[in-house]
Amino acid sequence: MQAFDYHRASSVADAAAQLAADEQAKLLAGGMTLLPTMKLRLAMPTLLVDIAGLPELRRIELAGAAHGAGAGAGAGKATAAADARGTLAVGAGVRHAEVAGDATVRAAIPALAQLAGSIGDPQVRHRGTLGGSIANNDPSADYPAALLALGATVRTDRREIAAADFFQGMFQTALEPNEIVVGVRFPVPRRAAYAKFCNPASGYAMAGVFVATVADDADVRVAVTGAGAGVFRWTEAERALATRFSVSALASLAPAADAMVSDMHGSAEYRANLTRVMATRAVASLTGEQA
Amino acid sequence: MRVELEVNGERHTADVEPRTLLVELLREQLGLTGTHVGCDTSQCGCCTVLLDGESVKSCTMLAAQAQGAQVTTIEGLARPALADAPPSQDPNPVPPVEALHPVQLAFAACHGLQCGFCTPGMIMATVDLLKQHPDPDDAQIREGLAGNLCRCTGYVNIAEAVKTAARLMRESAR
Repeated sequence: MQAFDYHRASSVADAAAQLAADEQAKLLAGGMTLLPTMKLRLAMPTLLVDIAGLPELRRIELAGAAHGAGAGAGAGKATAAADARGTLAVGAGVRHAEVAGDATVRAAIPALAQLAGSIGDPQVRHRGTLGGSIANNDPSADYPAALLALGATVRTDRREIAAADFFQGMFQTALEPNEIVVGVRFPVPRRAAYAKFCNPASGYAMAGVFVATVADDADVRVAVTGAGAGVFRWTEAERALATRFSVSALASLAPAADAMVSDMHGSAEYRANLTRVMATRAVASLTGEQA
Repeated sequence: MRVELEVNGERHTADVEPRTLLVELLREQLGLTGTHVGCDTSQCGCCTVLLDGESVKSCTMLAAQAQGAQVTTIEGLARPALADAPPSQDPNPVPPVEALHPVQLAFAACHGLQCGFCTPGMIMATVDLLKQHPDPDDAQIREGLAGNLCRCTGYVNIAEAVKTAARLMRESAR
């Protein structure tokens, strides 16, 4: 690695000031992507600002969940019903293993805990963070599928960004220079599941599909990662599942191959088929059908 | 820059460059060469150590990131030699068999290695795995060791060693 300076940030504000003072500075959280990238000299920051230990980035909180049967009274609208289930806030510095093992996450959005527990390998999950994953927006990353399908909101040190606006294709996000992700708010869905097929060598998803019904049973979201140039919603499958939430609704569908990546690991047609198969497995895990 | 950390129960203060990797600090400054560097690209897991009790790949971590942490390497697993044993003349004394950690014993007993290069990382990952799953099934063993590669294709005996270690540890906990 090329030499650089290291600063352990004392707060998000301190980190922002450090970034503002050095154009070539980069944030360091888990470092699971950044450090390998620096070894290859694909990134050569002059300063690393370490935000991994900041307590303000490490909280997990369930907010707004209504308790008791009376909470639904008058909540005729789908949005009100969704609010009644609350919102799960996860700090940007929370590591994958912590999301996977956290009792609050497992109770509120078990599919999110399962997704986090499937990232990389145990050693990577002990270091890698939610904020790092989404800010990098690797086209094979798992978290973007959960954020997009659940209609999550990304919180930064400046504003809130809807997941649909945040992810902008391969390694591209709506983040402005020096903007810092501080956390993500996930609406608690009615039901959700994630299924992926990993490249056997790298472990990265060749197709990962997050299926969720959020506000009501007609509000189906299907987000696909790994198969295309960036996370995207498979709207055709969403419409089919909104009509009939069953594996049979997907049987005759296939996402357009021209939206898929074609490389040495698999053709676009192969990935399109994998996407259907993974969507089917995710649905089956929710309905109890055979995939 | 200065890094203070505890390695195998001993406090150390080291002067490092910001770019110094944790594994470089362990091997080159502290002489703990049991932690191996296989791939240097976070694939193989040979450099696995425990950081505050959790398995991490020390080739993909800066020494600076271990500030204030407790690190355990393969050298820190065996129980210290008996206090009344005569001091060894060997600069790298091999612990007596009875002092080895159950996971080390099990890897030896089951021949969970061929060349041995991946073994320190396999053992450290196994210690973490057994903390979470004291009686792991085959799938949990595969998942738990997914970050470690053996290029001698010794996985069958490695999985056997993990099961044997689990049994030894459960029995000794009774």
